[in-house]
Amino acid sequence: MVSAKITEKMRNLRDGYSSALIKLGYENEDIVVLDADLALSTKTKRFGTIFPDRFFDCGISEAHMMGMAAGLATCGKIAFASSFAVFATGRCYDQIRQSIAYPKLNVKIVATHAGISVGGDGASHQMLEDMALMRVLPNMRVIAPADAIEVEDVIPVIASEPGPFYVRMGRADAPVIFSRHNKFRVGKSKLLRKGGDITIISTGTVTAEALKAHDILKKDGIDARVIHMPTVKPVDRKAVIKAARETGAIVTCEEHSVIGGLGGAVSRAMSEEPVPMRRIGINDVFGESGDAMELVRKYGLSAESIAKNAKDMLKKKKE
Amino acid sequence: MHDKELIKELQRKALLIRKYVVDSVYRAGSGHPGGSLSIADILSCLYFHEMRHDPKNPKWPDRDRLVLSKGHASPALYAALAIAGYFPVEELKNLRKTGHFLQGHPCMLKVPGVDMSTGSLGQGLSVGVGMAMAAKLDNKDYRVFVILGDGETDEGQVWEAAASASHYSLDNIIAILDRNGLQIDGHTEEILNLEPTQWRWRAFGWDVIEIDGHNIEEILDAIHEADKNDKPTLIIAYTIKGKGVSFMEGSLSFHGKPPSEEQYVKAMSELNQAEEELNG
Repeated sequence: MVSAKITEKMRNLRDGYSSALIKLGYENEDIVVLDADLALSTKTKRFGTIFPDRFFDCGISEAHMMGMAAGLATCGKIAFASSFAVFATGRCYDQIRQSIAYPKLNVKIVATHAGISVGGDGASHQMLEDMALMRVLPNMRVIAPADAIEVEDVIPVIASEPGPFYVRMGRADAPVIFSRHNKFRVGKSKLLRKGGDITIISTGTVTAEALKAHDILKKDGIDARVIHMPTVKPVDRKAVIKAARETGAIVTCEEHSVIGGLGGAVSRAMSEEPVPMRRIGINDVFGESGDAMELVRKYGLSAESIAKNAKDMLKKKKE
Repeated sequence: MHDKELIKELQRKALLIRKYVVDSVYRAGSGHPGGSLSIADILSCLYFHEMRHDPKNPKWPDRDRLVLSKGHASPALYAALAIAGYFPVEELKNLRKTGHFLQGHPCMLKVPGVDMSTGSLGQGLSVGVGMAMAAKLDNKDYRVFVILGDGETDEGQVWEAAASASHYSLDNIIAILDRNGLQIDGHTEEILNLEPTQWRWRAFGWDVIEIDGHNIEEILDAIHEADKNDKPTLIIAYTIKGKGVSFMEGSLSFHGKPPSEEQYVKAMSELNQAEEELNG
């Protein structure tokens, strides 16, 4: 079990990213950071202010940024390339495929502004299929941290593990659920709540809602297991199968399309030992403008919605 | 003036590259002979005279880099690497064959001496910018050569990279444009006009040198001139697609098609004859 609780404390994941980058920058001269004219939004600019020689604002040219990051990586650099998730993946999918994933280069794509909670900017900027795009690439590993603390745990680990990674986080402030730093291991899930009736598997900041859903279900006498799955690829198959066997029903939740993300990874993991499962996410539609939290509720990612879906699956399990 | 023997030797190596290109593509039953033959002289100058590299130590950190952005010309690159000693020339016979390491397009994880995996056009110059920047960061004096196809410069990313190279004043990057005037669907000027090529690149902050891409002396001089520049340099190498094989020269049909058996015999005999004349 990893200790996690809902507190009043909010922190932006991007702040975790920039603080982790700066720490790494002091520790390792080979760390270089690239951005594509969103350095103030992704907060890589803070690294750039301290290490101007190792920071490259490529301008609004994501395709080139990925290629340049690849070139730096061939020469021994550990290249972090950042932009909004929509531009950092879809805009330059082929560059990531050909110049980063295929040659297995040491490029860490860290994207911000993923998901529906981008809010006002609307569908053009609400990236809901980035994990799907990155998951299908051989050699690529995909991570969605739950809070700023976890981001600070993830960044040094992916810097020390050779090869490409994709890390996604949202724009909005998110509840801090981890009170202290935990050892992050690629491909390992975190058991946050024990429970035998049903399992909620979540990734990214939705995990906070999953924890709240656990409490809602508890009031109704339902013991839900909560697993946080920061690594969407490679998914923690063992934990998924164990949960399926022990609880007999699964709900996944993610701020991403129900196609190709965590739901896809979990269904694949348990496809040989199926139990009732529901995927909560964006149901194959584009987003829209609005208030971040209102959109999260509207698209079914609130604790109430997760709890309701869990009850549905519990019924299915008993049928 | 360059040493006559050196020129002759580089011409010999270029001919050898051409023979291996024709042979390996013929044996593979597919591949791109036209654009491979057009860069044979350039690769000869680079791998057998200009570039600082060590076939016994392919990952030598101080080596000059070469990014074959027009990755479909891999048969020429593989030939140069094999002749240089990165792997046995016998391997060239296994181009594109299942279970062998010479992929249709260059793969840096499989082929010693390949500095970057390429194949999807338009990406190599960006990679070259990253390599050149790494040299600056590490205070190293290696150079980065990027070979671009002319049709390839239709791709927008090439121009993003061109802007970036001059923005960072990367004087250690030398791009060589294989200006053979043909792309798959036709003449470059008919498909998408590239002219005025030199002024486009100059406007992006590059120095431009125009040469005959089959003239060894001009290639060597251009590289030496590029070394003196304090800007990134583009060498526009006017070339002939299919150069060295009469019926492939200037031919659109040999962009991505191997020779037939009859054509193969004729091509090899032409190249052998050229070799005899050179050694004459």
